[in-house]
Amino acid sequence: MEGGVVLLDFWASMFGMRVRIALAEKEIKYEYSEQDLRNKSDLLLQMNPVHKKIPVLIHNGKPICESLVQVQYIDEVWNDQAPLLPADPYKRATARFWADFVDKKMYDSGSRIWKTKGEEQEAAKKEFIENLKLLEGELGDNLYFGGEGFGYVDVALVPFYCWFYAYEQCGNFSIEAECPKLIAWAKRCMQKESVAKSLADPEKVYEFLLQLKKAYGIE
Amino acid sequence: MAAVKLLGVWVSPYNCRVICALKLKGIAYEYIEEDLLNKSPLLLQYNPVHKKIPVLVHDGRPICESAVILRYVDETWPQNPLSPTDPYERAVALFWIKFADDTTSSIAMIYLTTGEEQEKAAKECLEMLETIEEHGLIEGKKFFGGDEINMVDIAFCSVAHWLGVIEEVTGLKPFEPHKLPKLKSWILNFKSVPVIKESLPDIETMLAFFKGRREMVLASKSS
Repeated sequence: MEGGVVLLDFWASMFGMRVRIALAEKEIKYEYSEQDLRNKSDLLLQMNPVHKKIPVLIHNGKPICESLVQVQYIDEVWNDQAPLLPADPYKRATARFWADFVDKKMYDSGSRIWKTKGEEQEAAKKEFIENLKLLEGELGDNLYFGGEGFGYVDVALVPFYCWFYAYEQCGNFSIEAECPKLIAWAKRCMQKESVAKSLADPEKVYEFLLQLKKAYGIE
Repeated sequence: MAAVKLLGVWVSPYNCRVICALKLKGIAYEYIEEDLLNKSPLLLQYNPVHKKIPVLVHDGRPICESAVILRYVDETWPQNPLSPTDPYERAVALFWIKFADDTTSSIAMIYLTTGEEQEKAAKECLEMLETIEEHGLIEGKKFFGGDEINMVDIAFCSVAHWLGVIEEVTGLKPFEPHKLPKLKSWILNFKSVPVIKESLPDIETMLAFFKGRREMVLASKSS
């Protein structure tokens, strides 16, 4: 596997999708390995002993864990095309800040939409929309975050787009009605082959979420 | 007007990370102590999203989130590099910095909780320390990256300096040095670096602060 790239992943994971997009942007050939998260493989446990989670990027037999670390690694190693992080240190810091914001806020508030009901769910929806509005503010009138072309923050955030339909169904609300600019940005990203090929089908994600809810014992 | 300003709170390990980095690189800066119960207009202006410290301000432009600040400082001032040059080693370092964020939160939970919640927090903290011992530290290496201190060591300042204080204040001791020898050595090595010694807040002052905080937590839980 000298020089080989392997991605241990799960089809519905928005974190895995980030890495798929980065690999596609750089036109890197790799082996995609779908993981069964209820029955974790020896390889996964060996490559990510600390968290035992996907995605895991394996390059030349060595594992890299954490999706944003993987995206940065890909950007540094395959630096001949499609730069994801800007060259200027201040712009890089801004990009890292917003990707960190997505990590800290989006998954958590999104998950609470489908895990809760009643008042708790209303609070989760409110927080989720507030977070998206902050992101809309940062996007401003740019086509992509950072104003320099498709990049790091876009990669960090756009996978959540294929989960929006599931959140909307669970929470009975419309994200587009609240954040039209952000949806326009997401649709723009979906025009890119790297994004369209990497994101899961929203209907399939919703079906999967319904199964998850059953497994968690949530109505 | 100082080109570099740091808005911080003396007792915060996140703030300490930035001070360590600035001092290791010999960067002059103006320090502004913030009152988190009465946040300054400057803080709210510079960090409108999270309203938290630390915030580094360089030539009037703010950078927020301590891990982001560490990388910005390292990229902007190349002397005394704080991260590996090899991309794979750097990816490993970034993984552990994220883990250090989680560990720092878990240490805080020990003094912020009581009863069963506190027991759970102590257990989680111990598991993280065991993980660091088993997977993060390498036998024979002084620091996380080798013989030289780097941003991973800095990121774990909470383990080196805050954990002991929290243990003394709460009476819970998740860390047993004889069981985690590599971690014990690392703490000694880290605290022996002269710049680090200068950057860490005074222990007695910290003890007084956390004792007071702990009393407040206990008072609020018993009411």
